[in-house]
Amino acid sequence: MEILLQLTVSGIALGMIYAVIAFGYQLTFATSGTLNFGQGEALMLGALTGLTLVGHMGYWVMIPLVMLFGAAQGIVVERLGVAPAMKTKSEFGWIMATIALGIIFKNTAENIWGKDDLKFPSPLSEEPLKFLGVRVLPMEILVVIGAIVMMLAVELFNRRSIYGKAVVATSNDRDAAGLMGINTGMVITFSYALSSLTAAFAGVLVAPLTLTGATMGTVLGLKAFAVAIIGGLNSGMGVIVGGLILGIAETTTGFYISTGYKDVPGLVLLLLVLAIKPAGLFGKAAIKKV
Amino acid sequence: MSIRLKSIIAVLAVGAAFSASAADPIKIGLSGPFTGGSSPMGVSMRDGVKLAADEINAKGGVLGRKIELIERDDQADNTRGIQVTQELINKEHVVAGIGFINSGVALAAQRFYQEAKIPVVNNVATATLITKQFMPPEFPDSYVFRTSANDTLQTTLMVEEAVGKRKFTKIAILADSTNYGQLGREDLEKALLKKGIKPVAVEKYNIKDVDMTAQLLKAKQAGAQVVMTYGIGPELAQIANGMEKLGWKVPMMGSWTLSMSNFIDNAGKNGDGAVMPQTFIQEGNTPKRKAFIAAYQKAYKVDRIPSPVSAAQGYDSMYLLADAIKQAGSTDGPKIRAALENLKDKYEGVVKTYDHPYTHDDHEAIKLSDVMMGEVKGGHVVHAK
Repeated sequence: MEILLQLTVSGIALGMIYAVIAFGYQLTFATSGTLNFGQGEALMLGALTGLTLVGHMGYWVMIPLVMLFGAAQGIVVERLGVAPAMKTKSEFGWIMATIALGIIFKNTAENIWGKDDLKFPSPLSEEPLKFLGVRVLPMEILVVIGAIVMMLAVELFNRRSIYGKAVVATSNDRDAAGLMGINTGMVITFSYALSSLTAAFAGVLVAPLTLTGATMGTVLGLKAFAVAIIGGLNSGMGVIVGGLILGIAETTTGFYISTGYKDVPGLVLLLLVLAIKPAGLFGKAAIKKV
Repeated sequence: MSIRLKSIIAVLAVGAAFSASAADPIKIGLSGPFTGGSSPMGVSMRDGVKLAADEINAKGGVLGRKIELIERDDQADNTRGIQVTQELINKEHVVAGIGFINSGVALAAQRFYQEAKIPVVNNVATATLITKQFMPPEFPDSYVFRTSANDTLQTTLMVEEAVGKRKFTKIAILADSTNYGQLGREDLEKALLKKGIKPVAVEKYNIKDVDMTAQLLKAKQAGAQVVMTYGIGPELAQIANGMEKLGWKVPMMGSWTLSMSNFIDNAGKNGDGAVMPQTFIQEGNTPKRKAFIAAYQKAYKVDRIPSPVSAAQGYDSMYLLADAIKQAGSTDGPKIRAALENLKDKYEGVVKTYDHPYTHDDHEAIKLSDVMMGEVKGGHVVHAK
């Protein structure tokens, strides 16, 4: 029983890492129907920038600066990669463009920070806490809390502020929002800034647990993408549940079946979801009018 | 054109060719992962080789010609390794190769050296199969040599330490899913079987895995007294950190990669006490070793060599190759191979003194007695007690 509990707790911590990255995919998909395939790289850039800054200031002071950096990086991605494709109504241009930008960011990071994995100093104690025989790192709890707070903050912003309402309106119907005088182009740029901001924040949040390096985003970004698909690309609840499912599936399969197959159940689930409920477990099926 | 004029031109042409070849440097291919998780090994090896080549060139080179190293980054990737090897052979026309850190890359790419009859000295890769791949009797001559301790030697020593010395009977193995991890795991299981021991848990993980809970819990549940590892630095650090998180304290013992700087740095205090076989430890206990460490620190402005084993083996491999070219009196591949297999001059190296290190049927320079156990202590590798 203790074992199952420990596996579940570790799975939740792992799952929330995926969920917090997957959340970034949702933000841009909602407003523009596009995804930033360089989401993993945005996370990596945030983590590495944070690592550089943390040497000069405290961890908590560094976070807002990293978030600012993330927002700026998101604007660059949208302006260079997505806006041109949207303008020409290219269906797939943004896919290639965001992947290409992701590779460029990775190479740039490799040139600045080198290709080795670095240690990110943990702001909290690295001594695990004990509850009912289950051991959990303080940093893992912070990831779970940080992820939830961030999602709530974005949700609150969308519901309560006038700018948030513009975002929601654009998500619901871009053309109608445009006719109502909302600058939808600006909203989309803003959603990219917000998406990369959350990714950069996620980066400094998870970096003390994972290792920090130019290649850290690749696998995480991919798994988070699977989470976004499983949970549904337009459901905040979906990414959390999807993340938890994938995280717990990984740790329990590793223990009860074989560590060689630990990635399989999550991917099987992904295939099942795509076959049975393509909009995701919590997603609303979109009706595409032609 | 008169016959006389033709012969003058011919003489001039031949003369030009000769003078060109006398001044031409001897090109040697140097490949390894200079980037990525294996880069502490790759970079240290490269710098060790360069140090040796610079010393040789400062003394006038070999056969009156300078050594020119053609460096290529194989990124620890098998496909990329094949590309750069072909480029070194076909485009750069190297006379010999040095390098290969990752066993997978070596096994995929070294056949091009073999086919071109150009000798290659593996100075870090450790899979047992590497030097056996082209051995007689299946092949007339093998062009693959090695200056590192192969996995059979390493696992023998690891098992000797765990089972022979520390009397552990319940052993868990954690190996990564690469060629290196899985071939090493096979050797480790074989070495354990010789002592009549079957590991209580054999677990696998992928490169870049961030959570090792499942693997470690399985080992813990099986009652393992020691965790034996086969992987590279970053993930090994995640194992050490995961053990700390689970509050499970058993010794960690693994292949020589536990000495990599990216394990030591990322594991921090959780890495202390990890034990691994080493051919070289950065504690100058002979004048030659002291000089080598000082020269490395001075040339590359570092205090701790990222991977001292790789640097030392790289340095020695360059000297052995230079000695062989000198003895062969030629840069012809088969002649260099023949010279390597019968090196007449003793070479006092950093790792050991090489006295006829190779024969026609034995291409391993490192023997069991050349390997010792090292231990991580306070951010450095020291001799294990």
